[in-house]
Amino acid sequence: MPQKTINGTTIDVNEEGFMTDHSQWNREVAAGLAAEEGITLAGEHWKVLEFIAADYGEKGVVPGMRRMNKVGGIATKDLYTLFPDGPIKKAAKIAGFPKPASCV
Amino acid sequence: MSNDDKIKKVSIIVSRGSLEGIYPGLIMANGARMEGIEANLFFTFFGLYGVLRKYMNDLKVATVGNPAMRVPDAKGFPLPTWMGAIPGMSSFATVMMKKEMDKLDIPPVGEFIEMIHDAGGKLYACKATVDMFHLSEDDFCPQMDGVLTVGDFYEISAGAQIIFT
Repeated sequence: MPQKTINGTTIDVNEEGFMTDHSQWNREVAAGLAAEEGITLAGEHWKVLEFIAADYGEKGVVPGMRRMNKVGGIATKDLYTLFPDGPIKKAAKIAGFPKPASCV
Repeated sequence: MSNDDKIKKVSIIVSRGSLEGIYPGLIMANGARMEGIEANLFFTFFGLYGVLRKYMNDLKVATVGNPAMRVPDAKGFPLPTWMGAIPGMSSFATVMMKKEMDKLDIPPVGEFIEMIHDAGGKLYACKATVDMFHLSEDDFCPQMDGVLTVGDFYEISAGAQIIFT
C-alpha cells in the first residue's frame, strides 16, 4: 500500500490516491490533497467536504449528485465550479473517503 | 493511464423514447460530466420525448417485444408479449422501475436533464425529427441548447467518441 506525506502527516493511499485510513485525515491533509488537484479550499469547499463526512457517517457511502442537491443543499452548478472536472470524485478524495461507487 | 489515453469528449445519441430507451443516454452523459468529460446529447426520433416539456416526465417502460423482460422482478418469469399488451402493464412496470431507480438516487427525467444541463452537458434536438413531428421551441424543456442538423451534430462532435443508444 503506497504512503505519502502531506503537510507533515503520513497517509496511506490506494493506487488512485484515495486515502485508505480515514483516521489519518485532518484539515491540513485536506488542504494538501486539494492543492494537488489545483484547488485552494475556501468556506464553500468546506461546506461540501463536511456534508460528505456527515453523510458518509450516516450511510457508509459517498453521496451522489442528487443527494448532494436534495439533502446537502448544494447545487450541481456550484459543485462543478468548486471542484472542476469530476466534482464528487475530487471532493471525496480531498475529504479522505473512498472513490464514489455510484453511477449517478 | 496516461492523460492522452483518456476520453475527453462524448456525443451521445438518444434515439428511443421508452423509459429504458432514454435513461442509458442520460446516465452516460451525466457520468461523463462527473468524470470531467465534455458531453453533448443529441435527441432524435422518439428519443426526442426525453426533452419535450409536456411528455418527458410521463415516459413508460415498453412491456411488448422485449423478450428479456421478466416479472415481477429481474429474476422472475419471462413476460410474454401478449401479456405485456394487457392495459396497465406498461404503467405497472414503469412504477416498479421508477421505485428502484429512486432507491439508487437516479432522478426523474426532467430533474436529470436539469442536472446534466447544470453540470455543463449540452442538449440538442435533431432537426429532421423536429420538422417531421412539427415541433417548435415552446415544446422543449428550457434546458435545450438548440436544434441541429446532422451536419451540425458532426461538427460539434469533432474529436468526440460518438455513442448511439
